[in-house]
Amino acid sequence: MGNLFKIATRNLLRYKRRTLLTASLIAIGVVFVLVFISVSGSFKNMMIGEITDSMIGHLQVHRKGYVASIETLPLNLNLKAGAVAKLETLLKKQPEIEAYSPRIKFGGMFSNFTETSSIRLTAVYPEKEYRTTPLLPLRVIEGSNELKPGKILIPELLARGMKVKVGDSVVIVATNQDGSVNGKQFIVAGILKSVTGPGGRDGYLHMDDAREILRMEGNEISEFAIRLKDFGKLHGFSEKLEGLLSTELNQQGKPIFELHTWEKLSPFFNIARMIDMMTFFIKLMLIAIVLTSIMNVMIMAVYERIREIGTIAAIGTLPGKILNMFVIEGFCLGIVGALTGAIAGIVIVFILNLSKITFDFGQQKGLILQANVNPMDILLISATVIVVSVIASLQPALKASRMEPIKALRHV
Amino acid sequence: MSLIVAENVSKDYQTGDDLVRALKGLSFEIEPASFVSFVGPSGSGKTTLLNLIGCLDKPTAGKLTVASTDVLHLDRKQSASFRGSNIGFIFQDFNLIPVLTVYENIEYPLLMVQNMPAAERVQQVNALLKAVDMTDQKDKFPDQISGGQKQRVAVARALVTNPKLVLADEPTANLDHKTAYMVIELMRKMRDEFGTTFIFSTHDQKIVGEAEIIFTLEDGELKGKENKGGGGNG
Repeated sequence: MGNLFKIATRNLLRYKRRTLLTASLIAIGVVFVLVFISVSGSFKNMMIGEITDSMIGHLQVHRKGYVASIETLPLNLNLKAGAVAKLETLLKKQPEIEAYSPRIKFGGMFSNFTETSSIRLTAVYPEKEYRTTPLLPLRVIEGSNELKPGKILIPELLARGMKVKVGDSVVIVATNQDGSVNGKQFIVAGILKSVTGPGGRDGYLHMDDAREILRMEGNEISEFAIRLKDFGKLHGFSEKLEGLLSTELNQQGKPIFELHTWEKLSPFFNIARMIDMMTFFIKLMLIAIVLTSIMNVMIMAVYERIREIGTIAAIGTLPGKILNMFVIEGFCLGIVGALTGAIAGIVIVFILNLSKITFDFGQQKGLILQANVNPMDILLISATVIVVSVIASLQPALKASRMEPIKALRHV
Repeated sequence: MSLIVAENVSKDYQTGDDLVRALKGLSFEIEPASFVSFVGPSGSGKTTLLNLIGCLDKPTAGKLTVASTDVLHLDRKQSASFRGSNIGFIFQDFNLIPVLTVYENIEYPLLMVQNMPAAERVQQVNALLKAVDMTDQKDKFPDQISGGQKQRVAVARALVTNPKLVLADEPTANLDHKTAYMVIELMRKMRDEFGTTFIFSTHDQKIVGEAEIIFTLEDGELKGKENKGGGGNG
């Protein structure tokens, strides 16, 4: 085998310029794919992290039918005390869960005593919420993230529009479940940076305050946000929890709960899928580049060496060995292209990170591009290039191995 | 026992609508360790006959036995194996592999065809290099040596596997007279040393005289046989 490699390498070096051009083409393809995957993948992961860690959590549990009406934040679809207790007991038993946070979500009117605007509010227990969405406290751009009863965190856009500052008094008025209206005065504890996605422009207040405004007597909850210890196990755990929740039935024998991963709750999931699709097509383009360039080179190589093929076949070289000889040439070209491309790709990603390129996404300004090269991606792309190189050289190699020595020797 | 037995061997080619009869019922025998030449004008069927004997092609009719093997019934793979074990080839254009050195060209059949162990291989190749007087050129590539040297390397490559038979199609056609004689002399020396049968084709009358048995071909027919003291009784 070592001798086949030696002959293949020497044959490649025989046409240095052509080999260099082909290897460069493959390497450029690998660089493009690697840089694209690194940048788009990092952007995707950063956005997913931002959405799950500052708003949604990894999963959410609601009362059955709540998510279908989530735009209206229906208080009548809150989980009742019994269901909340059952759910909390269940969640506490799950070792995969890092933290969970019960929330009440409702709409209300926000007044600074001179102007009034609508506001969406999320009532939380701050310690539980901050453990479930650890980036939320970091979104506080002014004031404090300490959310005591009587304090409120308001979104940046509302604060700017209503000219409200930290420490100002504001009033929240909300309609209760029975249709009556109630209000409460708050002090603005902090101003939250807006982020893209559902809940990205919500205000936050303490759970006790929400119960007071909404005149709730029992422990009613709109949703439970859940954070897992390992985000990679999201789907496995989601299936497991869904199974457990499906056994909890109401008096009519229907399921009490519904479970959604962040993917079903955030429109960014569609963008993430688009990024995945684009990555797939970029990979297909790479395969096409490798396939055509290697096939082209190998067809040329066979054509130029017909007499040589005739000679080695006449001497007694078995067709299988002739096939291997040419396949190994394609394989070597693939390896050189993949290796060079991978190294160049890593260097380019490193330079991109050093450059600290910023970009805007929705309301989020000045996000820093942090491209990461995943070793698995490098391995997968390199392996794809090498396998495609071998496949591309198979046809010319087969042609060489099936050549009649007598015809090949006559070739001029 | 004869090394080659041809009985009524014919070879036809279809060229478009025309049937070309390249060989017409040839019968002959060649004994081991013979030094044989097929002579004849261009188109007389010399190369076709050598191709049949070398298992590179198959007769259309007749029976051809080489080294006790009926070559008519060998498939592609068997033919390749048979050639690798029994036949050495010397070509008019030398046909050395340009990316291999002189040493590696001679070593090639042992390495890639016979898979001989390294120690044995080195010994064999060095012996052949010495026999053809190319030891000091062993690290050169074919484009760094002369035509005569290339043909000496080709002779060594043909002999390195200790074949029963070496076929040389116009081995001296691309060489000057002096070098051509040297190559023929080398082939004879190798025959004497290794007992290998050499069959070569040529149209050079002076070179023909060097053979011990001379078969004359004309229009695909065997027109005569001259025995100058070697083997063969066909």
